[in-house]
Amino acid sequence: MDVFLLILRRDLKIAFRRWGELATPLIFFVIVASLFPLALSPEEAQLRASGTGFLWIAALLSSLLALDGLFRNDLQDGSMEQLALSPAPLALIVLAKTLAHWLVSGVPLLVLAPFLALSFYLPVEAIPTLVGALALATPTLSVLAALGAALTVSVRGGGAIIGLLVLPLTAPVLIFGARATDLAVHGESTLGPLYLLAALAVLALSLGPLACAAALRVGLE
Amino acid sequence: MSVDPSAGLIVSSLEVWRGERRLFGDLSFELRSGQLALITGPNGAGKTSLLRILAGLSEPHAGAVTWRGTTVRQLAAEFRAAIAYQGHLDGLKNDLTVAENLAFYRALWDGDDALEPLLDELQLSDFAHREVRYLSAGQRRRVGLGCMRLRRASLWLLDEPLTNLDTEGAEVVAGWLLSHTDAGGAAVLATNQAERFDGAAAIEIAL
Repeated sequence: MDVFLLILRRDLKIAFRRWGELATPLIFFVIVASLFPLALSPEEAQLRASGTGFLWIAALLSSLLALDGLFRNDLQDGSMEQLALSPAPLALIVLAKTLAHWLVSGVPLLVLAPFLALSFYLPVEAIPTLVGALALATPTLSVLAALGAALTVSVRGGGAIIGLLVLPLTAPVLIFGARATDLAVHGESTLGPLYLLAALAVLALSLGPLACAAALRVGLE
Repeated sequence: MSVDPSAGLIVSSLEVWRGERRLFGDLSFELRSGQLALITGPNGAGKTSLLRILAGLSEPHAGAVTWRGTTVRQLAAEFRAAIAYQGHLDGLKNDLTVAENLAFYRALWDGDDALEPLLDELQLSDFAHREVRYLSAGQRRRVGLGCMRLRRASLWLLDEPLTNLDTEGAEVVAGWLLSHTDAGGAAVLATNQAERFDGAAAIEIAL
């Protein structure tokens, strides 16, 4: 547990010293979300009908964008070797790194989402569900993207491949997340999709780090 | 299987390939506590590959490496802590200061040594609170080796530790190595400056 906090603190400290990199995925999120109305139609009825979809796709893309350097930086400066050889289990280290990343990329997304939702004329009553669904979905997305990052850690130009590997796997998150938000917009019960999102998060958080650790060991060879 | 406790690292019939090329084969040696092994050989001979295999970072094509009777790839946590590996990369975070990097590794290795004497010895006291990105290559190497120094490992695996170091830095590191082996530790060193360790090495491996 000490190692978990140690890595978490180190990664957060580094993230805040490179805040420019932190801001990029968030600005990307806002820009992608605002491009949809320009491409389709800025009418209120149209936006209300499809705003949920826009928000979810934007969130999905920005969480993928953020994860590319998660392990690559550590590999390039040699700290991944030291972490892999340390007495602590690599999966625990991976989990700490993913959590640190979620705290600096996922949480700001939760804060921004309500404002974007309002600009899409989503009803205020739906916003708690939107934020709740994003809070359940973004950890799963972070773990999936971490898995992609771990698999491509030694591949040159791995960024685009992460998208190819991970985007198909994110389909369930997108389906249940958008469904929950949509049900909330229409004032219906959202528990079903939210439970499924929570189940996906539990699955990702328990098995994902083990898979990432195995992929990283291969990447280090 | 009974294991001779003084036989720390046993390398038996190791064969290593890089891609399509066979680097070396049938390499065997035993390293006991208090011994220093030097690996020499031209660039590309496989010195780094050998050290990475000894550290358990990569798998050999054939043969085995054991540490006190266990294959290094399968070492449990307490044994893994006994092996320190310092490769070409220093493992430092550019965005953290020298002291922060050292403190991170000290905590990772569960150590409690004070940082000031180490910084003094490495002549880095004035740089303690500077971010690593502003250091020269030689200073980075000093910090990297300092991080390794903070562990209580009984086996040191060092890949070209003297690269980029000035004469004083090299003397400090050579001094560490000798006091490490005097205290019963073992070390494997890949180097192109073998003459610096003349007479100190129990085993010389020319690849």
